[in-house]
Amino acid sequence: MNPLPALVLLPIAGGGVAWLAGRSRMAAALRVHDAPWRIALMTLVLETLVLLVATLRHPAHAEPWMAHFSMPWVPTMGIAVRLDMDGLSLALIWLSLILCLACLFLATRQVMANGGVFHFLLLATLAGVIGTFLATDLFLFFFFWELMLVPMFVLIAVWGHEDRQRAALKFFLFTQGGGLLMLLSILGLVMMHYRADGVLTFDYFALAATPLSPTVSMLLMLGFFAAFAVKLPVVPVHVWLPDAHTQAPTAASVLLAGILLKTGGYGMIRFNVMLFPDAAARFAPLAMGLGVAGILYGAWLSCSQDDVKRLIAYGSISHMGFVLLGIFSSSPMGMEGAIVQMLAHGLSTGALFLVAGSIEERMHTRDMRRIGGLWAAMPRLSSAGVFFAVASLGMPGLGNFAGEFLVLLATWHVSPPVAVLASVGLVLSAIYALRLVNSIFLAPQGGSLQPMADFPARQMMALGCIMAFLVVLGLYPQPFMTFSAPSSPFPTTAAGREGHAS
Amino acid sequence: MMSLLLPLAVLCPLAASIIVFLSAGRLSARAVGGVACGGVGLAALSAIMLATGLLAGPPGGVVHAQLWEWVRVSGFSADIVFTLDRISMVMILVVTVVGLLIHVYAARYMADDPGIARFFGCMTLFVAAMLVLVLASDLLCLFIGWEGVGLCSYLLIGFWHDDPANTAAARKAFFMTRIGDTALLCGLLLLATQAGSLRIEPILAATMAGLVPSFTLIAAASFVLVGALAKSAQIPFQTWLPDAMAGPTPTSALIHAATMVTAGIYLIARLHVLFAAAPVVMAVMAVTGALTLLVAACTALVQSDLKRILAWSTISQLGYMFLALGCGAWQAALFHLMTHACFKALLFLAAGAIIMRLGHEQDIFRMGGLRRTMPGLGVAFVAGASALAGLPVVTAGFYSKEMILAGVWGSRFMTPLSAHVLWATGLLGAFLTALYIFRCVFIVFAGEGKGAVSGGTPRLMAVPLACLTFLALFGGIIEMPDVIAPVHLFTALLSPSGHPSPMHEPGWTVLAGAIVPLAGLAVAWVLWGRTPAVMREMPQQAAIIRLARPGHGMDVLYDHIFVQPLRLLVWLTRRDVPDRLVAQAGWLTRSASIALAKTRKDILDTVARRTAIMTAEGSLLLGWMQNGRVRWYAGWVAGGLCVALAVVMLS
Repeated sequence: MNPLPALVLLPIAGGGVAWLAGRSRMAAALRVHDAPWRIALMTLVLETLVLLVATLRHPAHAEPWMAHFSMPWVPTMGIAVRLDMDGLSLALIWLSLILCLACLFLATRQVMANGGVFHFLLLATLAGVIGTFLATDLFLFFFFWELMLVPMFVLIAVWGHEDRQRAALKFFLFTQGGGLLMLLSILGLVMMHYRADGVLTFDYFALAATPLSPTVSMLLMLGFFAAFAVKLPVVPVHVWLPDAHTQAPTAASVLLAGILLKTGGYGMIRFNVMLFPDAAARFAPLAMGLGVAGILYGAWLSCSQDDVKRLIAYGSISHMGFVLLGIFSSSPMGMEGAIVQMLAHGLSTGALFLVAGSIEERMHTRDMRRIGGLWAAMPRLSSAGVFFAVASLGMPGLGNFAGEFLVLLATWHVSPPVAVLASVGLVLSAIYALRLVNSIFLAPQGGSLQPMADFPARQMMALGCIMAFLVVLGLYPQPFMTFSAPSSPFPTTAAGREGHAS
Repeated sequence: MMSLLLPLAVLCPLAASIIVFLSAGRLSARAVGGVACGGVGLAALSAIMLATGLLAGPPGGVVHAQLWEWVRVSGFSADIVFTLDRISMVMILVVTVVGLLIHVYAARYMADDPGIARFFGCMTLFVAAMLVLVLASDLLCLFIGWEGVGLCSYLLIGFWHDDPANTAAARKAFFMTRIGDTALLCGLLLLATQAGSLRIEPILAATMAGLVPSFTLIAAASFVLVGALAKSAQIPFQTWLPDAMAGPTPTSALIHAATMVTAGIYLIARLHVLFAAAPVVMAVMAVTGALTLLVAACTALVQSDLKRILAWSTISQLGYMFLALGCGAWQAALFHLMTHACFKALLFLAAGAIIMRLGHEQDIFRMGGLRRTMPGLGVAFVAGASALAGLPVVTAGFYSKEMILAGVWGSRFMTPLSAHVLWATGLLGAFLTALYIFRCVFIVFAGEGKGAVSGGTPRLMAVPLACLTFLALFGGIIEMPDVIAPVHLFTALLSPSGHPSPMHEPGWTVLAGAIVPLAGLAVAWVLWGRTPAVMREMPQQAAIIRLARPGHGMDVLYDHIFVQPLRLLVWLTRRDVPDRLVAQAGWLTRSASIALAKTRKDILDTVARRTAIMTAEGSLLLGWMQNGRVRWYAGWVAGGLCVALAVVMLS
C-alpha cells in the first residue's frame, strides 16, 4: 500500500472526527472534556507510524525519489493527484510532525472554547502543509498551498489575541496575493508547455523539460518567487509575519514559524532553483542581496522589540535570510546549509514560541519589561528558554550554527564581502537573543510574582526531545544532510545527481 | 587505549555537567560539588595518563581520535577529531589540573549558594568546552569549543542575575568576544575556501609549502588575530575583562585568568606557522601586546578593587604573551601561560578567601593588617604576588618572564632596534607589575587592621591554595636561562625533534630582568609599605586616578562612540518601515474608499430625495389641475388643441 495519500488524508480525517467529538452533545456523551485533544493526538501518532513506514521502506538512497503516487483527477485538463516524496519533503514532514506533537503536548490542551474546531483547523493546516511538501502536480500544489492558508487564517482570526482580526487579514491578503502571482506563473508554464509539446499537463516532471526563452523563464520564475518570498519571508514583503506571529494563538505561532515558513524555502528549492535553473542563476545576485538585507534588517529590528513574540518573529526573519542566501548561492553546499538551517530554525524558533506562549498564558502579558525574571519561579521553563535562545543566536554545536556556517561558506565562495556582511548578523543575533535571556529568564525578579506552575515533567520531555534534536543536528549534521537531500526533476541526468552531491 | 582516553577526557566533565543540570534542585550542595569535582578529576586523571603515555612514546608522536564526520559536501569537509600533541598536552594539563583545584575550592566556596547546581553545571561544561577547544585538530571543532567557553563565561559572569549590573557585564563580555568570534569565523571561512578543509595540519603544511597566496595569508592571520585579541581581552577589546569580575571568584580564577582568556594565545601558538608567514601581522601582534602590557599595568596601579587589580593584571600578563608570540617566541608564551595559570589562579583564590572572610569587602583601602589575622592566606597571596612580579630565582614567574624577555631580545623582525625597544617595554612592564602587585600586598596585609574578620579558611579551600602555592613557586624550574643553569625541559618538550634553539642573550639582560622586579618591590615598599605610608592615596583623590581607576577612559569612549549611538539608532529605527508603509497604504485605501462610498451615497441620496420631492410636487400640480371645474377642462382642451395645431403647422 502506498503511504503517500494516507499521509495527506489522515490528518483531515482525524481532524473531522475531532470536530465531531468536540460538539457539545458528543462531548457530553463521551464525558471527556478533552476528547478532541485525545483524538488529535491519536491521529498524529498514527500519522507518525505511517511516516515511519514510508521512511523505512526506502532505507538506502537507491533512487532519488523515494515514493510515487499517481491518480487521474481531471484528465481533460491534464490534472492528476500526483504525490512524490524525496529526502527534502520527508525531512520537512518529519519536522512538521515533531512540531505538531510538541504543540499538542504543550499548547493546545488548554484550548477549551471550541476545542473540536480548533483541533480540526490545526490538523487541516498540517494536511495542507504535508500536501504542499508532497505534491508534484502544479495544480495540486497550488490547491494545497491555498488549503493551508484558510484554516490558519481562521485560527488567527478566532483564537488570536487582542488585534487578531487585522493580523489575520494582513496574513491572508499577503499570502493570497503571492499565491495569485504563482497561479499565473503555473498557468503560463502550462501554456508554454502546451504550445511546445501539444500536451496539456500540470506534471512537475514534464513541465521541467519545457524549453523556455530566457525572458519567459525569468518572468515565470519571478511569479513563483513572489509567492515563496511572501511565505519565507523576504524583507520587503515580511510585513504580515510579525503581526501574525504575535497575534496568533501559541499553537498557530509554532506552526507558522516552524512549518509554514518552511514551505516558502521548500518551494524555492523545488520550483525556483530546480524548475528554472538558468533564470534562478541570473536572479541569484539580487536574491542574495535580499537575503543579506533580511538577515540584517530582521536582526536589527529584533533588537528594539519589547514584545517577546515580536522579538522572536523578527529573529526568524533574520534566520530565514540565511535560508534565502543559501538557496541562491548556486552551490550544493549552500543548499544543504539552507535545508539544515530550515530544520534547525523550525525546531529552535518553534520551541521558543512554545515557551513564549506558556509565559503569556501564565503572566497575561508579552511585554518583556513587565514580565521580569522568571528563573526563581520557573527554572524549567527558563532553562528551556535560555537553551533555545542560545540556539537561535547560532551557538556552534547546535543546529542553527551548522546551517549558518555552510551558508556562509557557500556565500564566501561567491563573494566574500557579502559573507562578511551576513556574518555581522551573527553579532546582532547575539544582541537580541541575550536581551531576551536577560530580560525575562536570567533577570531580577518582577514586582508582583504570584506563584506559578512550572513546566511539568511531561512537557519538559517534549522540549528535551527538541533540544536533543538540535544538539545532534549541530554536532553531527552529516546524516541529516544525506537524508534530506533534494532530488532534481531530471532523475536520469547527471545534473540531477549533482543536486545532492555527496 | 590512548585514543579512547582522549574523548573520555572531554566526556567526563560533560557528563558531570549534564548530571548536575538535570538533577538541579534534587541533589544536595555537597553532592553537586562532588559530582563536579569527580568529573573534572577523572578528566585530570586521564590527562595525566595521556601525558605520560605521550612522553613515553616517540618524540613527535601524537594521539589521534577521529570521532565522526561533521559534514562532507563537495568542496568542503570537516570532522570532529581530537589530536593530542605536545602543545595541547601542556594545555590540557593546565586546564584539568588547575581546573580540578579550582573546582575543589569552589565546592566549599559556593556551598551556601542556592544556585550551586547551575554554577557547577556551567563550570564543568566550561571545562568540557575548553578541552574541546584545546584538543581539536579541526578548526571547526575548535570553534565549537571556542564559542562554548564564551557561552559558559557569559552564564557565569551573570550568575548572580538579580543585579542588572552583573547581567550587563555578562552581555558586554559576550558581545565583545562575539565580535572577535565573528572575525575568527571569517578567517575560518577564508581558510576553508582556500584549503577545502579546516584540518590544522594540512593548512599549516600548505602554508609552509607556499601554496597559499600571501594576501590570503595576511587576511586570514588578521582575522584570526582579531578573534584572539577579543578572547584574550587585548587592546582594543580590553574593557570586558574587568567587568567580568562580577562573576563568582572561582569563575574569575578559572575562566578569566587561567584558561579561557588564554585561548587566544593557544590558538596563535597552534597556528604559529601561519603567522610566521605573515610578518606584518606578527609585528602588529607584538606592538599590541606591548601596548596592552603597559596600559593595563598602569591601570592596575590605580585600582582600589582587589579583583579588578587582578583582572587588569591578567590583561597585562596576556599582553606579555602576545608580545612573545609577536616576536616568534611561542614556546615562551606557552610557558608563561602555564606559570601564569598557576599563580593567577592562586591570587584569585586567595583573594576570594580574603573577600569571603571580610564579609564581601573588595575595596583594598578598607582592608589592612591582614598579615596578623590571616597569615596562611597572606603567605599564599604573597607567593602568588612574587610569582606575578617575577622575583628572581625562587618563583615560577621569573623563569617564564625571563624566557619571554630573552625571546623578545633575540627576535629578528623589522630592525633589531625595535626588538630592543620592545624588550625595554617588557622590562618596564615587569617593573610596573612588581609595583602594582606589591602596592596591593602592602595595603592589604601591612598597616593596622580595619574591619572585622570572621571565621577561618575551610580546609577544602586551603588545600587547593597550598597546591597552587607550590606550583606558583616551583613550577618554573623546568626551564632556566643559560646563565643560571642550562635546563631546557620545556623547550625540549615542545620541540622534541632536536635543535632546541637556546636564546642567546647577554648575561646582563638576565640580570636586568632579575633586578627590575626587586626595584619595583622596593619602590612599593617605600611608597606604601612603611607606616605611615608615603602615598596615602584614597579613592577619588586625583582627577587622573579617578579617570583611570575603573579603566574608564576606554570604556567611556566606547560607550560614547559605539554603544550609545547604536542604542539611539536602534531606538530611532524601532518601527518597521515596510510595515508602516503597508499600514499607511491600507489606511489611505480605507479612507479613500470610505470617502468614495460616502460621496456616492451622498449623490444617490440627493438624487433620490430630489426625485421624491419632484414627484410630490408634480403630483400636487396634477392634483391641482384636476379641480372638477368644466370650464378649466374646456380651457385645457382648447389650449392643447392650439398647441398641437401650432406644432403641426410649424414643423
